[in-house]
Amino acid sequence: MNAGILPYVLILPVTLFLCVFFLYPFVLVAQQAFSDGSNFTLENFREITSHWKFPISLKNTLLLAAAVVPVQLALALLMATMVTRMQKGRDIVLYIWTIPLGISDLAAGIIWLAIFDQSGFLNSMMSGMGLIDKPLNLLSYQNPGIVFLAIALAEIWRATAIMLVILVAGIGLIPKEYYEAAEVFGASPWKRFLRITLPLLRPSLQTALVLRVILAFEIFAVVAALGGTLFPVLMGETYSYQFDLLNNRAAAAMALIILAISIGFTLIILRVLRVPKGASI
Amino acid sequence: MAEIQIKNVAKSFGAYQALHDINLTIADQEFMVLLGASGCGKSTLLRIIAGLETATAGEVWIGGRRIDHLSPKDRGIAMVFQNYAVFPHLTVFENIGFGLRMQKLPNDEVTRRVERVATLMHIEQLLKRYSGELSGGQRQRVAVARALAMEPDVILMDEPLSNLDALLRMEMRAELKGVLAESKTTAIYVTHDQVEAMSMADRISVMHQGRIVQAASPIEVYRNPSAEFVASFIGNPPMNFLKATPAGDGKWSVAGQVMDGPRADRPHLQFAIRPEDIQPAEQGLTATAKVVEPLGAHLLVTCEVDGSLFRAVLDSDMVVRPGETLTLAPQADRVRWFDPETTKAVA
Ligand SMILES: Nc1ncnc2c1ncn2[C@@H]1O[C@H](COP(=O)(O)OP(=O)(O)O)[C@@H](O)[C@H]1O
Ligand SMILES: [Mg+2]
Repeated sequence: MNAGILPYVLILPVTLFLCVFFLYPFVLVAQQAFSDGSNFTLENFREITSHWKFPISLKNTLLLAAAVVPVQLALALLMATMVTRMQKGRDIVLYIWTIPLGISDLAAGIIWLAIFDQSGFLNSMMSGMGLIDKPLNLLSYQNPGIVFLAIALAEIWRATAIMLVILVAGIGLIPKEYYEAAEVFGASPWKRFLRITLPLLRPSLQTALVLRVILAFEIFAVVAALGGTLFPVLMGETYSYQFDLLNNRAAAAMALIILAISIGFTLIILRVLRVPKGASI
Repeated sequence: MAEIQIKNVAKSFGAYQALHDINLTIADQEFMVLLGASGCGKSTLLRIIAGLETATAGEVWIGGRRIDHLSPKDRGIAMVFQNYAVFPHLTVFENIGFGLRMQKLPNDEVTRRVERVATLMHIEQLLKRYSGELSGGQRQRVAVARALAMEPDVILMDEPLSNLDALLRMEMRAELKGVLAESKTTAIYVTHDQVEAMSMADRISVMHQGRIVQAASPIEVYRNPSAEFVASFIGNPPMNFLKATPAGDGKWSVAGQVMDGPRADRPHLQFAIRPEDIQPAEQGLTATAKVVEPLGAHLLVTCEVDGSLFRAVLDSDMVVRPGETLTLAPQADRVRWFDPETTKAVA
């Protein structure tokens, strides 16, 4: 067979699979979002965006992403740098740090609920130390700050490791000679991190950030477990349009809005962290 | 003044001792080459001087100042790495200016110095490029320019030309030597290539298994190797060795021939002669030609003498056929003798 055609023939099954199970459903969703049953319309979008909960859930989603992702990025960078410098036990530490990756987001939410709950671990500890006389309902509408904090903590605990794994692999690709050259030419350890590690890590940072930001906009189960209806987010609203209000056109429109936001941020990240031609390792 | 003194330096990696008691003084503005086979400890010694590795014992002094406890940037050194280590994410300009930026020099001073060394290394037209857009030879030039821009007391180079092709290597060899002489810096240059060492060095330190065997001028190392290792390592084709037995009163019997030699009380000596110091003659060693290689300028004849391999570089006009028996006379003043027990030269 012609060697030029062979690669395309080999990826054909996967391509077909993606078309049938991904592209086709996507087209159906888009159709639903832009129709009133028979005609093209923007009515579904008007309906969801004019609902009083929409700006709140949009704000909450963006706020959560803005609070969680930078912390995760900083933590993942710190952890990756530490792991890379380890001589011994590096693999074990990495395994332990990535354990949360194996836990589903709902389970993670429930674990943190067990900590913040009225009869939870945090309350028993505080009363055990005599800080409070009766258990507090921390996750209530009176404490929106604590609800936000609990959700952010659970997300950081749960999903930092995915960035860590990508960054550890990325740091491993940077040749040691660059660090030695930087050291000889007078760069302190902090300068080496800023001037060598970060710029040479751009491809990995792109991947890690895109992945994390997209997942941050899709946050759902952790919020459902810890905040319930106290903390509306875009994905939770999509769920309630589909299954509580049985309005699948509105749900489809919500899904497209989340997709658009994700694509927007992906493009920004790719642009900001792009590597000029000829400047890769 | 940047004289380098290495005093009793030793280095172990765990149980493995890579360097044994190194003592070496390199004069101000001298071009010193560390020459030795791969794995003999050249890079380790260079990295100890640079501060990228810590010696297990000993001291390093530069310009009368002990520097082995200082961080690399405070040692007054600059380095050229084997794989260049030209930062891929910075332009050529920023690569050359990297060390100057770290010293927080003002912008116009950085520009002035970068442009000066870029012109010196003939890369002034590449300043805006990234390293991915450069050839190996151009990257090499950037690495050298980056070191020169620091205006260091000492420049350290670890096999800087080993990744270049043969022609480029020859060209860069001459150019580097000129540029370094001009810059008046003391240079330590690591290589495993003896031609590079011979052609560039003011002095060569021949290293073997973590020790410096001989440190002397190229011609001295070539003519008067202090040990059998140096004699066999330097020179291509290598020096010939034959077993010599005492024949009384400073005379030694080599392959049945009696020759004048040292008055040494030893059961054996090694007789040594370079292939080019051998002429066909009426009287001499009886050799059977095995392989004849016309090399244009010379005729390289590999023979057998007394059961040992023996090479002679003869005039290219000579006609020698394999199997032929030759009588070869070593040039008396070029003969060297080694003690097989200590492997050291015997006068
Ligand atoms: N970081 C290290 N850990 C363990 N052994 C090393 C290390 N660096 C060098 N060595 C060993 O020390 C010896 C000398 O190495 P090196 O100085 O790099 O040799 P050269 O540059 O002469 O080829 C080698 O046997 C090498 O394996
Ligand atoms: Mg080496």
